[in-house]
Amino acid sequence: MTSAEEAIEWFGGLSLFAGQVLRDAFRRPFEFTEFLRQVFEIGWRSAPLIVLSGLAVGAVLSMHTRSTLERFGAESMIPTALAFALVKETGPLVTGLLISGRVGAGIGAELGGMRVTEQIDALESLAVDSFKYLVVTRVAAAVVCLPLLTVLMNFSGLLGGFFAEAAISGASFAFYFQTAFSSLAFSDYIPPTLKTMVFGFLIGSTSSYLGYNATGGAEGVGRASTQSVVLSSIFLIVANVILVKGIFFLYPGSGS
Amino acid sequence: MSVPIHRGQDVSQPAIVVESVSKSFGSRTVLNDFSFTVPAGTTFVLLGRSGTGKSVTLKLICGLIKPDAGTVTVNGADITKLESRELAETRKHMGFLFQSAALFDSISVGENVAFPLRRHTKKADAEIRDQAQALLEKLGLGKEYDSMPGDLSGGMRKRAGIARALAVDPSILLVDEPSAGLDPITSREIDELLIEIGANRQATLVVVTHNMPSARRIADQMAFLDEGRLLAQGTVEEMERSEHQLVRDFMKAPQGG
Repeated sequence: MTSAEEAIEWFGGLSLFAGQVLRDAFRRPFEFTEFLRQVFEIGWRSAPLIVLSGLAVGAVLSMHTRSTLERFGAESMIPTALAFALVKETGPLVTGLLISGRVGAGIGAELGGMRVTEQIDALESLAVDSFKYLVVTRVAAAVVCLPLLTVLMNFSGLLGGFFAEAAISGASFAFYFQTAFSSLAFSDYIPPTLKTMVFGFLIGSTSSYLGYNATGGAEGVGRASTQSVVLSSIFLIVANVILVKGIFFLYPGSGS
Repeated sequence: MSVPIHRGQDVSQPAIVVESVSKSFGSRTVLNDFSFTVPAGTTFVLLGRSGTGKSVTLKLICGLIKPDAGTVTVNGADITKLESRELAETRKHMGFLFQSAALFDSISVGENVAFPLRRHTKKADAEIRDQAQALLEKLGLGKEYDSMPGDLSGGMRKRAGIARALAVDPSILLVDEPSAGLDPITSREIDELLIEIGANRQATLVVVTHNMPSARRIADQMAFLDEGRLLAQGTVEEMERSEHQLVRDFMKAPQGG
């Protein structure tokens, strides 16, 4: 089999896997307890990473924005420019990439480890549908958590920007946030935030597929973990182009 | 071939019938037109050299993998044709001790044992904990409820695996290499546990092992696999008198060669 044929077969396998996730997500019995556990693992446990990254990204973006807008005497536009940059693209994309690193690697390694140590077979032998229990719950949790983490990233970014701006210009908290939010419309905020549900699906499905089908002992687990991060990130970046184009099509005003 | 009556079991109804089963992985044929019957209530030991398909046979019986050809009938149902929900129902009457015990390493030993009870019974949490604790105590792991699987020795993990497999009181117990990686004393303790399970619970056991002293202790019936085919089947005595040199050599070997 040539590498092109192998790639086509791999994508076919991933597509069928993702299709099964969508189908099983709406079939009883629902693994609600495990889903909540995964929301805690993927959402709550990622929150510190998102907040810290958001503060840093916001501060850096604010400094760059200031150095650019200063040339035109438009420093008062700094909060607005930062809010647009964060909410429309930087927040969703950085959140997606951070989660594909933290969660994608985690899911790939955890499910891969369970596969090679026969824990997935053990689940099946105990009359548990391992696909619904392990895969559907993780993908669903990633879909639910990504928009929430994106909101957290956006606010942390704005806060980081405020700290940077306050240190330089002494801007007040009230003025900064009032200016930041004054120009944002529904179409600026909701579609880019909700598109991260697709990021969550891509991260969850890709990393679960690689982990669930891992072979080859510890080396296979390592490979599944690494590939989960690499492929999730690539899929996410490519999907983002399509999603942004789709948002511009559905909400023409959001491009202006 | 004589089928002995053991432990007062009615052997007229076979618990497991594997018929003309073939299984390949890629170009490698593991099982080739393989058949055997396990009478209810007996302990059936599968012997054979490494890589001859013994563990694959256990997974076929549990429905974890499907054969390329042939049928696997468990308690009267051909599990190769069952829908996933029917297969799950059948599995509720089966226990599986994996070679590595395959305990869920993200939850405690006690919660591993409680796991099938939480999934398949409507008992209260306290009752489930008590039942899991009682099972662990019976297997000499009474103080290990809150320990994590990674903190246990190999023998303790095996015993915890047995406790989990027994939690829902299965009528069939599949055991993969119970002695692997264990010292002779721990290995003997595990054997005695398996004999006790077979006797007290009147369960059907299918055990894969390379350990001949262990096989001799626990087996009512034995089958020998070679290159994916059944080479010989019978009692310990019948296997010792087998027409096949390989089987006789294997039976003589202290650790299965």
